[in-house]
This record gives sequence, C-alpha cells and structure tokens, in this order.
Amino acid sequence: MDQDSEKILVRGNEAVAMGAIDAGCRLFFGYPITPQNEIPEYLSKHLPPLGGEFIQAESEIASINLLLGASATGARAMTSSSSPGISLMQEGISYMAGSELPVVIVNISRSGPGLGGISASQGDYFQATRGGGHGDYRTLVLAPSTVQEMYDLTYLAFDLADKYRNPTIVLGDALIGQMKEPLLRRKPEKMTLPQKDWALTGAKGRKPNRIKSLYLQEGELTEHNWKLYQKYERMKKEEIRFEMVHTDDAEFILVAFGSMARVSKTALELARNEKMKVGLFRPITLFPYPEKPLYDLSKQAKKFLTVELNTGQMVEDVRLSVHREAEVFFYGKPPGALPPPEEILEEIKKYYG
Amino acid sequence: MELVFKRPECLKDVPFHFCPGCHHGIVHRLVAEAIDHFKIREKTIGVASVGCSVFMYDYFNIDVLEAPHGRASAVASGVKRAKKDAIVFTIQGDGDLGAIGIAEGIHTANRGENITLIFANNGIYGMTGGQMAPTTLLGQKTTTSPYGRDFTYDGYPIRMAEMMATLEGSAFVARVAVNNPSHLMKAKKAVRKAFQMQIEGMGFSFVEVLMSCPTNWGLPSLEANRRVEEEMIPYFPLGILKERKMADYL
Repeated sequence: MDQDSEKILVRGNEAVAMGAIDAGCRLFFGYPITPQNEIPEYLSKHLPPLGGEFIQAESEIASINLLLGASATGARAMTSSSSPGISLMQEGISYMAGSELPVVIVNISRSGPGLGGISASQGDYFQATRGGGHGDYRTLVLAPSTVQEMYDLTYLAFDLADKYRNPTIVLGDALIGQMKEPLLRRKPEKMTLPQKDWALTGAKGRKPNRIKSLYLQEGELTEHNWKLYQKYERMKKEEIRFEMVHTDDAEFILVAFGSMARVSKTALELARNEKMKVGLFRPITLFPYPEKPLYDLSKQAKKFLTVELNTGQMVEDVRLSVHREAEVFFYGKPPGALPPPEEILEEIKKYYG
Repeated sequence: MELVFKRPECLKDVPFHFCPGCHHGIVHRLVAEAIDHFKIREKTIGVASVGCSVFMYDYFNIDVLEAPHGRASAVASGVKRAKKDAIVFTIQGDGDLGAIGIAEGIHTANRGENITLIFANNGIYGMTGGQMAPTTLLGQKTTTSPYGRDFTYDGYPIRMAEMMATLEGSAFVARVAVNNPSHLMKAKKAVRKAFQMQIEGMGFSFVEVLMSCPTNWGLPSLEANRRVEEEMIPYFPLGILKERKMADYL
C-alpha cells in the first residue's frame, strides 16, 4: 500500500461516490431507485460540507437535465441511477452527446424489462454501448468488476468525459454495487481541473459561447455528425481497456465483463485444475470495445465462450471481433440466480474437446 | 443630439426570424433591456427552450445553452447551482412549460431556484404548426382541435401563473401582456422586477406573457392583438400575483 492512499472496507456504491468526490465532482443530481441509493445518500451527506450541491430531483428526467445545465458551466457533475431510471435519462444523454457535454452517468443496473426486479443483470449492455437514445452517437462505457474499480473507473470517467467532451457511463450492477470489499482510496490532493474555453461562464471579455445540438443550416448537421464520428474513432484508438487472465497458453477463452467476469475467473481456476488451457478476456471499456486485442487472441485460441447475465448481448461484439475461423459460444442467464462457477465449468467442458 | 432609443447592447444586430406580428421579438427585447438595465450582460446565461424561442442564441449577445423540450427550467437550475454568481433565465413556451415540462417547472419553482422564467403563452404550438396547447382556450380551433377545444375531451386551459403563485418557493409571479403600449410598460416593469428579484437572491421569479401568434391563429396582426385583449385576458387575468418582500426561509 503506498502512502498516497488509505485502505478501507466499503460497499461498491460508496466507492463510486468516493471516486466522484476525489475526481473533483461537486454537483450531484439524482432520484431514488434501488439498488444504487447508497450513492445519493453518501453524496447528500458529503457534498454540502465541500461546498458542493446535491439535489434530489423530482425525476430522472429532471436529474439528467440538471446535470446538463451544470456541466455546461464547465463543472464536474454526475448522476447515478439504475436501469428504469437510466431509460428515462436517454433523451438527455442524447442531447449531451449532441451538445458535447462531459458528464458522468452511473448505472448500477438491475433487471428488466419494465419494472423487472432489483437483482443483478447485464441486460443494459445494448442500451449503454449503442448510444441508448435517439441519433447516431456513442457514450464511453466503463464496466467495473470490483469495488476498487468502482472507485477507479468513476474517477477515470471524469477525466475521459473531459478529454472527449462526451457523456461517460459507468455500468455496474446490483452485485458490485451492494457488496463490500477493501478499497485503496487516494489521499486528497490539490487538483487542477482542465480549462474549458467552451463553457458557459458569462460572456465577459470574449464572444458569447453557445452550447446546442440543433443544426438546421444546410450541411451543418452532416458536418457535426462527422465530427462526432471522428471523436468516437479516436476513442477506439486511445481508450481501449481490458484484462487478460491466463491467456498466454490458452486455447479456450472465456469472455465476460463486470460481475460475470468474477464468476468466470473462478470457473477458469476450476478448469485449470483439470488441466484445461482456459483463459479469460475481460473488457473494461465496453465502448470502445476491445476488438483488436480480442482479434489478436483469436489467432491463438479458436474457441470463445461468452458468459453474460442476459440472453446474449455482448456476444455480438465478440463475434464481430474475433477471427472468422474462431468459434464463439454463449452461456447466459436472464435475471434471477447468478450461475455458480461449476455451471460455467460444465459449459467449458461441453465445447472444450 | 442625444440618442434616446437604441437596440439594447444585449441584442445582436440581426433581424428576428419571428413571423410578422408575433410578440416573441418584443419579449426578447424586454429581457434584453432588463439585462442592460442591471448591467449584468457579462454574467448572464440564457437557456433556450424548444419551440419558437429556441433561436435565442442567434439574438442575445450572451452565453446560451439549449435545453431539451420541456426541460429548460431544470437545465437552468443546473446552471445556477453550478455557477451561483451567474444570472440565469429561460423563456419557455406554453407547450414546453405547461405540457411536457410542467413537472420540471413546478419543482424548479418549489425548490425556490434563484432563476427567472419568462413564460411565453400564446395558447398554441407555434413552431410545429399550430396544434392545441395546454393553454388553448375553450372553443379555440387549432390543427389538432379542429372542432374547437372541448373540455370533455381536452380539459381546460391551464393557468400557470396562478399555480406557480401557490408554491412557497416562488418569490415573484406576474402575468402581463404586450398587445398595447400600456400593457407593454407594465410588462417591462415586471420583467425588470423578475431579474431584480434574482439579483437580490429572493428566489424563483416568473413572468407569464400573453402573446399573439397571428400565423397560427390565422389572424392579421392587429386582430391578433385584439384577441389577446378580448379573449385571452378575461381567462388569464393580468397582474402581480405574488411578490416576496424579503428573502425568507420557512
């Protein structure tokens, strides 16, 4: 443990809130929904003493638009919610992508469709990685797998949002949000946040700034969309993040993110005990998706088993990424019970030979 | 020679796109005059709502942010919370505030957000081509109430100012019109007062402006002005509905 951090035992949701505070976020807008309530609860207590603002809004729609307004001034701001609430926010997320506003949105996802349930699910993968709202846009999507990553990736999300002037989503789930693990928290440091010459601060000594997503003049919107596209391409070049476990000699690769990567890691150990050469590929950025490293891996390993807490979403990205000669299998569970590692081991055995 | 009348510093030297006889240009001017009066141009941030008011950034010589339809008051609240020394205002139409954004409007007022909301009420959806609005009068024909608004189908025209005045968080609530010089002078005072309330930190200030929409009402400009007088004002009475004298925290 280095001296710039302290070790504490916290819940995943609290780690998100701490990561936000440590990244310089001083504004939070949200609406209660299970299983993410520890985030607003923590911030309602800790932001005001720091001179920050916490608003419990009347809805997720209001929350995302309060966020839109706050971020337009250049401030670091955040909202968090869970699946149905994130659905309500999609209009605002689309506007912020179009207006190029850097915000952080945390989805401690639960199960659907509809009111669904409050158990862990990865059913929001498509929504998060395909834009989610109307129009041709993308958000950066980070998928933590541990409480430490809930903290680290929330912190990183603010930096990435500012770097690209783009909404950034932290996609956790009920399992990682609710469980407790040790966390190394950075010691408070004096931060210099990036200069934002586009921000609305009052047109003093400069021309007025405008932030908008409406483009009606001929050619304007085409040009704007190409500009956004270039930004997404740059993200693909510069922001790919992933973890590989025991892939050096692996002939069979498990692909899983977030909470399912944890279960898959245990399944991998069970398989290794039985002398099967199994590895794990865990995407940390879901957009941009780590296509290239997965492709490279598929030149060595020819069988891929994608494991998800849904009936098959990320598996489409795995199929798009791997070499055409590689085989991609899928094991998924809709919301309800989490599959035990032994169940995944059985699946590995089904396709391994 | 003394210059006695000029374009407010806060307005750019460009022609408005508004239809002939529309009152939006007048409302823009009243807001600009208030900003000039208090010399707050350099710290004012405007929030453009969706509707005919969306092009605010083409006319005001200030920083402007565009809000999604109905969300302008939530967006404006977010701006103000992040930048407390800024003066923040929005101009919302009747569809924007009275229909799709009524929740955001009411809760913004109820939280006592220290912003100024100008409510442009012309009783119709102007930009989308004249559909029925929450403030469309009973019997009024629009493209989606071709037989005239009937309360058994469509309910009643909403009186936003009265509703806002009931909320503890609102500090100043007025309804004005700009269809003749006498009303215009009162409107000018009310808009100025609304900004003054914000500058003094009194809380949420709200001015409803009854406006004409000659194009979508299908009336010549002068007749549209008369309609404001004869049909709108009787249902939406003018006046100051609420004026807080000191910042109070109940």
